[in-house]
Amino acid sequence: MKAQKKFVIGSAIIVATLLALAYVGYTQSKTYYHTISELSTLSAPALHQRMRVSGNVRTGSIEHRDGRVNFVLEEQGKALPVSYVGTDPLPDTFRDGAQALVEGRLQPDGGFVAEQVQAKCASKYEASPNSTPGAPTQPNQPPGQSMNEASGSLSGKG
Amino acid sequence: MDIFGSFALLLALGAAVYAFGAGIAGIVTRQPLLTKTARNAGMTVFGLVTLAVASLEYFFFTDNFSLAYVSAHSNHALPGFYKFAALWAGQEGSLLFWTWLLSIYAFWALFLNRKKHPELMPYVGVTLAGVQIFFLTLNNFVTNPFRVLGAADASGAMHVARLSDGSGLNPLLQYYEMVIHPPILYLGYTGFTVPFAFAMAALLGRYPGEKWIHITRRWTMVAWCFQTVGILLGAHWAYAVLGWGGYWAWDPVENAALLPWITGTAFLHSVMMQEKRGMMKVWNVWLVFVTFMLCILGTSLTRTGVVSSVHAFAESSIGGWFFTFLGIILLVCLAAWFKNRDYLRSDNQLDSLVSRESSFLFNNLILLAACFAVLWGTLFPVLSEAVTGAKISVGPPFFNKVNVPIALFLLFLTGVGPLLAWRKTSADALRRNFAWPLLGGVVAGAVAFAFGFREFYPLICLILSVFVTLTILAEFYRGARVIASRDSTNILTAIGELTMRNTRRYGGYVVHFGMVLIFIGISGSAFNRDIQKEMNIGDTISIGPYTILCQNFDQPSTDVYTSDRATLEVLRNNKSEMLLYPEHRVYLASQVPETEVAIESTPLRDLYVVYAGRSPETGRPVIHAYLNPLVKWIWFGGIVVVLGTGLALFPNRSAALVLRPASERAWGESVAPQTAPASSPIRRSEGHD
Repeated sequence: MKAQKKFVIGSAIIVATLLALAYVGYTQSKTYYHTISELSTLSAPALHQRMRVSGNVRTGSIEHRDGRVNFVLEEQGKALPVSYVGTDPLPDTFRDGAQALVEGRLQPDGGFVAEQVQAKCASKYEASPNSTPGAPTQPNQPPGQSMNEASGSLSGKG
Repeated sequence: MDIFGSFALLLALGAAVYAFGAGIAGIVTRQPLLTKTARNAGMTVFGLVTLAVASLEYFFFTDNFSLAYVSAHSNHALPGFYKFAALWAGQEGSLLFWTWLLSIYAFWALFLNRKKHPELMPYVGVTLAGVQIFFLTLNNFVTNPFRVLGAADASGAMHVARLSDGSGLNPLLQYYEMVIHPPILYLGYTGFTVPFAFAMAALLGRYPGEKWIHITRRWTMVAWCFQTVGILLGAHWAYAVLGWGGYWAWDPVENAALLPWITGTAFLHSVMMQEKRGMMKVWNVWLVFVTFMLCILGTSLTRTGVVSSVHAFAESSIGGWFFTFLGIILLVCLAAWFKNRDYLRSDNQLDSLVSRESSFLFNNLILLAACFAVLWGTLFPVLSEAVTGAKISVGPPFFNKVNVPIALFLLFLTGVGPLLAWRKTSADALRRNFAWPLLGGVVAGAVAFAFGFREFYPLICLILSVFVTLTILAEFYRGARVIASRDSTNILTAIGELTMRNTRRYGGYVVHFGMVLIFIGISGSAFNRDIQKEMNIGDTISIGPYTILCQNFDQPSTDVYTSDRATLEVLRNNKSEMLLYPEHRVYLASQVPETEVAIESTPLRDLYVVYAGRSPETGRPVIHAYLNPLVKWIWFGGIVVVLGTGLALFPNRSAALVLRPASERAWGESVAPQTAPASSPIRRSEGHD
């Protein structure tokens, strides 16, 4: 019985240590995911958190200015002006109408400053004209394969 | 012809349903004839699914673009082996492939044991058939790969449509590992079904003793080995094709494959507790249940888009099926365990904290902790949204913070565990076994520290790696010395003899050594460096010992893709070493971009160069260079793990067979004549087997 008690104490120490590490890792890397329409309903503290927002790039809205790339994300009629300040080149899939996921912070003026942009070509998995009328619109991905490829990921290392 | 494949699938479902129903009836009525027909039906499933797979492959090779699946994943120009591999390129085909591999495992499990374990096999057959019914239902009614394209004519009547050409295979999948990575990973996923079926059967049939573990030992090792190789191939693929400079990003698809691997590893170790000491019975049964459920979860996570992000898979109707199935498995497992829990009472208790038992317990505890952390992190967006309404995702820092210490603790146990005696280890034995390896590890650490190697975790990893390697070498040496002096052979012959006499134990050491190599390779990532720069012809980048000189840019576009390519000269100590050609392609038909990474790989470091694109400001090419130390050790360690597992699968040359009754001989063991006495000085109480 004594050995079992020791084992339980040892396990408790290990588990407690891991939980503490997990908590630290969680606070360092947690990222909120919001839709554009949710942004207006967020409370003050939630507005300052690092977050991810996704939407479609408004056609014609992409402009390069002073080392930044500005564009507008749209989702269900709501728009969000985004300014990309990262150093990596934007993925090829990032273009008018593409589905994009931006990560960064919301500014007091309602704009969004993104440090990372991922994009997926909206038409990529849709049946092209010479393709199948009833083809399934799904990514051709087998399991076990990294998802990064489906997007032009800029920040695989995250 | 499509009728043929569909029909074979439907018949396969029928056979599985019969195997399930008649199997249960046979168990209840104790009618041997019923049981026999149920088993034969279970084996027939394999033949029928094989026909369906062959028929789908036939359509790929004959470019039959009237099938939705073929036209979505192939075209005329696709090379033959990719046409072959296109079978598992999409959801419908990959699920059919899953079913097929499962049916192969099920066939062999039923066939090899057809004259053995009459009390156990009917339950095994029923469990296997139950799983097959689920997948065949999906194949037949939810994601049928034989769906024909239809088109309405002027009068509105539907006709079979046939396209002139298909849309082709996703270029990212056109890489040679596409042909081997999914099958191998699937062989891992499906392989755990066999130990699951035997565990369930033993529990339901209250089969005496530890027999199910002996029977499934090799099955589990085979599945585990496939899972290991599948994961490593996936990592290598991501590294070589995706062009972000790494091989592991903790994304949900990778985690999905890692989860059953973790619990499978825990299971492989904790079964030894049950074999040797009759402990951990409940634990083992649940470990194999959980491993199987994680395999199903992994299969579904990659398909259902539950864990969504911009790169999630398409949302499809299939999620509900999988979660219902998981719920049913969980209920059946709970019920089977609750009803028969008295049968799993432990024979022994833990005697000492410094014992083999306790090292296995700690091994299991932290593997489970790792599994839980990875599962939690993967499902966190779903869980947090369900609980708080806010969707929160966690990134690599979370996974690394938890898993790096766990991995190092496991590495420590890898060295310590095998040398601890069962029940209790004396202080004297500890000193004898560990003094030198520990000293070796500390000296290596001190030398590295003196040379300015100051990163905490890599330093610990180095010390432990040296320690573990020395304990393994010492084990081989100690055993071989005894044989060498008795048979007066040289030490190398003796090592071979020693290994073949207890393949499981020494094969296990080889696997451990392979894992050490992988750990060393992973610890190299602490020293990764990268640099990104806009380059003109004549510009240079310096990274580590290399200088990269830009020689030329060109556009070697073809009619399949447009391309941007750089010609870079790599200099070291002002001497030209090689030319690298990183390239960036956009495929015209699909508009899918693809990166052709240029990698110069040496045992010490990889130079990994990517043509990142053009600067939005200046339009000039941007080159991203990475210096990744020790990556090659990971792939090499993987090969060593495979060799070690292969060794452990070999039947022992002598001695060990005698310890088990002939009727229990596990799958694949030969009926080798017993040429040596049953007891040999090599077999010590600490042995694995």
